Amino acid sequence: MQLSVQNLVKDFGGLRAVDRCSLEVREGTITGLIGPNGAGKTTLFNLITGFYKSDSGRVIFEDTDVTGRPPYTLFRQGLCRTFQIPREFKEMTVLENLMLVPAGQCGERIFSPWLQPGRVKQEERELFDKTIATLEFVNLIHLKDEYARNLSGGQKKLLELARAMMADPTMILLDEPGAGVNPTLLKKLMGYIERLCADRGITFFLIEHDMDLVMALCNPVIVMSEGKKLMEGTPNEVRSDQRVLDAYLGGQYAAADR
Amino acid sequence: MSQIISLLLVIISVAGLAILLTRKSRSSRWIAFVGTLIALGLTVLIGSLLDAPSESMFSFLVDFLMLGGTYAILSLGLNVQWGYTGLFNIGVAGFFGVGAYVSTILVQDPINVVGAGNESITVHFFNLPFVVGLLGAMAASGIVAVVVGFATLRLRSDYLAIATIGVSEILRLIATNERGITIGNRGIENIPQPLHQCLVIPVGANPAPPCDLFGIKIPQFISLAHYDWFYFLIVLGFLLIAFLALERISRSPWGRALRAIREDEDAALALGKNTFRFKMQSLIVGAIIMGGAGSIVAHMVKFIDPSVFDPLQRTFLVWVMLIVGGTGNNKGAIFGAFLMWAIWSTTSRLNDILPPTLLTPLGKIDVASQLFGPIRIMAIVIALEVILLYRPRGLIAEEKHTSTKIDH
Repeated sequence: MQLSVQNLVKDFGGLRAVDRCSLEVREGTITGLIGPNGAGKTTLFNLITGFYKSDSGRVIFEDTDVTGRPPYTLFRQGLCRTFQIPREFKEMTVLENLMLVPAGQCGERIFSPWLQPGRVKQEERELFDKTIATLEFVNLIHLKDEYARNLSGGQKKLLELARAMMADPTMILLDEPGAGVNPTLLKKLMGYIERLCADRGITFFLIEHDMDLVMALCNPVIVMSEGKKLMEGTPNEVRSDQRVLDAYLGGQYAAADR
Repeated sequence: MSQIISLLLVIISVAGLAILLTRKSRSSRWIAFVGTLIALGLTVLIGSLLDAPSESMFSFLVDFLMLGGTYAILSLGLNVQWGYTGLFNIGVAGFFGVGAYVSTILVQDPINVVGAGNESITVHFFNLPFVVGLLGAMAASGIVAVVVGFATLRLRSDYLAIATIGVSEILRLIATNERGITIGNRGIENIPQPLHQCLVIPVGANPAPPCDLFGIKIPQFISLAHYDWFYFLIVLGFLLIAFLALERISRSPWGRALRAIREDEDAALALGKNTFRFKMQSLIVGAIIMGGAGSIVAHMVKFIDPSVFDPLQRTFLVWVMLIVGGTGNNKGAIFGAFLMWAIWSTTSRLNDILPPTLLTPLGKIDVASQLFGPIRIMAIVIALEVILLYRPRGLIAEEKHTSTKIDH
């Protein structure tokens, strides 16, 4: 198991957002996480990546207990996340948005630019090439010198994915990658995710409300409800499970299947 | 007459600097540079032909450049904190004042002062060289930044603002009340200036012996009036070193990480940046530069008292300079400082141009005491508002490709 969540609890005042939730994500899968609004999906992501402190329970990533670690250390272990609403660095160019990402850059230490300018420059050049390759992969290369704030909503989603790619992660958590993305771009985005999973072996764990995307892309699918894991299974199993239908899907998909 | 010529000199210098900093091509920069020099030369020549008292004119120019230079240093320091990292430091005067006091205490000779009960108190100053004072000032200011940073940088940015203004006030009260260290409200006079005895030709009945510098005897060769030119070189040197050092790191991945934190701290955290470390470093670097400015001003004006912590001049004015010049651009920070200082310092010349009293329908107005202060602040505020309306990113805006220095 690459990621394992054990009995995680998070209270916001009197509200229990995540309630003894346990789930596991296998290596090399694209695992979907669905559930009605308020089921605790985004809270769970925030707990896994260290943005929130859990009240009890454990998060284990690649055999290490990472419960309560600050977000930047998790990132360095290869666990990367994107946000529900894209959080691009607005007043920086697309290029800079990506070049920022890789951890442990020599030039990030305050004295290096003064003491080892040659080494910093060399690293920057390598980083630049890698950034160009990444931008070509997600088809944003024509926008590399544009301010990130000028990108469209869909392009910002691609930028977030590209930023995650720059880190060479082993697992990416995507929070609603399809929200606000037009159907054409959505197909592209799904293609990129599939290719990254197949070619580079990156595990994806994604929250999504677009059922077409989930059904086409994810296996397995985990359903959350009221802060707990309700069930886990293949898309077809999830679609036909009565508990899921009651909790979440309602009439639409059930009717289409009958 | 001399005032008008001084004004002209300042205007030409600032305009020349503006053209120099905003032009892209190398040739037009050289033209601007040479043009400024020629214009300055002509003004001086005409001034001397018209028999203007040149000493006062020059001393005004040197004063302008020196004080403007110290403001440029402060503005650079604030640019690291606010322009690059988005740290809302409204206690610039605090870091500045710490630098001024620490440097003075390290360099001044011990003095006997008369205490409150007429008893004599020896205040222990350390009588060390200027360089030690400068470095000590920078270190002390950096230490204050560490304390403030540890207390507030993990919190939301507003708390830093509250903490910095609070710390600045606390430091002012310490300087006022700890008479055994700072002589309190009376202030410290006759602060020694670097190499003063080695350079200035002594006057008086028994001239001082030649200066002994590392065992070598050097005769003094500068007249007292020209010592300021030498000191101006120190200001300029510090400004230049600070500028070059900041340009180097702000264009590196370090500066890129700072700007990412300014744009969206949580996203930077999610992308593996230890934002606390970066914010702390930025606060310290800015504070060190501000402390250096404090030391330089203390030895320049040779007198400090608790008013060095005055938030109007040393915080508000510096903020205006940075915003007008261009937040996030080191050149803008320097240019804004000189421009605003030109407005601030030349408004004091209005005293010479305006009549001492004005008769208005509302009654008689005493220009010096009733009109002059408000005009000054109004001039600054109007300049700020015009800039914010027409150039909201400042006169020299942040560059688009700040941290991608590789050619592509």
